[in-house]
Amino acid sequence: MLDLTTLDAKDTDGKVKQLCRKAIRPHDSLPDLPSVAAVCVYPNFVSTAKEALSGSSVKVAAVATAFPSGMSTLKVKLRETKWAVNQGADEIDMVISRGKFLAGEYDFVSDEIAAVKEECGPAHLKVILETGELSTLDNIRKASDLAMEAGADFIKTSTGKIQPAATLPVTLVMLEAIRDFYYRTGKKIGMKPAGGIATAKLALQYLVMVRETLGQEWLSPDWFRFGASVLANDLLRQIVKEQTGVYQSFDYFTKD
Amino acid sequence: MTDKTIKFEKRSASDESKAIEGVEQAKSSRLNVLKTYKIYIDGKFPRSESGRYYTLESAKGKAIANVSLCSRKDFRDAVTAARAAQLKWASATAYNRGQILYRIAEMLEARRTQFIEELVLQGSTSEAAQAEVETSIDRLVYFAGWSDKYQQIFSSVNPVASSHFNFSILEPTGVVGLLAPEENSLLGLISALAPIIVGGNSCVLLASGSKPLCSVSFAEVLNSSDVPAGVVNILTGYRKELLSHFSSHMDVNAVVYAGDSDDEFKTIQQNAVSNLKRIIRFSPKNWYSPECESPYRILDCQETKTTWHPIGN
Repeated sequence: MLDLTTLDAKDTDGKVKQLCRKAIRPHDSLPDLPSVAAVCVYPNFVSTAKEALSGSSVKVAAVATAFPSGMSTLKVKLRETKWAVNQGADEIDMVISRGKFLAGEYDFVSDEIAAVKEECGPAHLKVILETGELSTLDNIRKASDLAMEAGADFIKTSTGKIQPAATLPVTLVMLEAIRDFYYRTGKKIGMKPAGGIATAKLALQYLVMVRETLGQEWLSPDWFRFGASVLANDLLRQIVKEQTGVYQSFDYFTKD
Repeated sequence: MTDKTIKFEKRSASDESKAIEGVEQAKSSRLNVLKTYKIYIDGKFPRSESGRYYTLESAKGKAIANVSLCSRKDFRDAVTAARAAQLKWASATAYNRGQILYRIAEMLEARRTQFIEELVLQGSTSEAAQAEVETSIDRLVYFAGWSDKYQQIFSSVNPVASSHFNFSILEPTGVVGLLAPEENSLLGLISALAPIIVGGNSCVLLASGSKPLCSVSFAEVLNSSDVPAGVVNILTGYRKELLSHFSSHMDVNAVVYAGDSDDEFKTIQQNAVSNLKRIIRFSPKNWYSPECESPYRILDCQETKTTWHPIGN
């Protein structure tokens, strides 16, 4: 239920490949550990990631639509999305136009999501609300509803570029929106809190919240993902600690 | 203008004696408040997360304080804090670290009577207590002086048979665990701690189990003397409970053992095999001896980095 992510402007093919290897086999001394759910990269690295992950169960997610700001024309966003999908992306992470949303132009935002969804074709669409910029929980609820109505397969809290990123209250609001949407339409939507979840203990709190709000069904990589690369190492550290009985050091785990 | 002079009425002798009687009565029914000596982690004074404590008795068998009985998790929290603080402490200038050590000595000097009282309470004679506190202060000043000098003494330019400028310098080992001695609970602790932190390491230390008062009061001194939070973390509790965790924790880079038990040291050596941490035994017979004042104590928790720098012929 974990997405490994590298979204730095200084990313290289080498770094993406390295991350992909870690995605398939998170820790060498724990060969039985399952692979992560997906690797999330910029569109220009999709083919690199796809190649590095071939033969594994790990999916490739690409951020598109002028990530992280979303400040571009619809035409450019759609072409970017199309291109990423053609390159082989299994999932598209789009950002909403927060400026338009806050200005009350909900139709604009909704149409944009619907248009991107159309371009995605078979790829799953994750809609990033960037909750850190939406100011209020009411807005977050409204944006969640809007994204789901417009065709999102997943809703995601943040890009990871803006603080605050994912928090428990924000995630709860979004989970409740998913629950109500499910009751109304019978359609299941996935949830991805991203950024700011660094420890296994915090991750456990999120899992409890998902279980309590949406139920056991959502506790699967198809419906719930953590977007937090730092979390991966803390999980590994805790797993090794459980096996050896000795507290671990980050020195012994790969950084990327 | 009206006369605003306040006049104090002289109290009668009977009023006076009534007041004294009241105080006497209150005294006889008063319960002493035992100070809970809390631990010191990340610049804060929490209780043990386990909620456990033990009651310390004076040499005469009277309860004198409640002391936190630390758990493995307290130790882990302390290591996390020490790790977070270490890099910044190491990158502080040597001059600044020296100043801060000197500041600790100043603050200790200001509270010397309290430390003497605590040592006496734990069975020391007043002469011995005074000598211990004074030597402790002097020792801090001694190591403060070394802060911007040990690097020059131990670094070197090395002759090599190629066109390289080859030099070796010292870098701090990192997070150091310190098991303080049971006796000389103040002097022993400071003699072992000062060389660790002056070299840019951060430290998690376990105080003397039978005489912990000074170490906790020393934490209060550290807290008021510009030592950044997390650089020194002080735990109290049973050594037999915590010993193996000090030596097996992967994120502790070195353990300094200042106790006097060969068995305990052997346990540390065995546990350290799994993580290759540096282990140092520093158990002088006499904490006043000259061997305790040596720059080699600083070298114990330093790593040598050698650089090959290419040059033209």
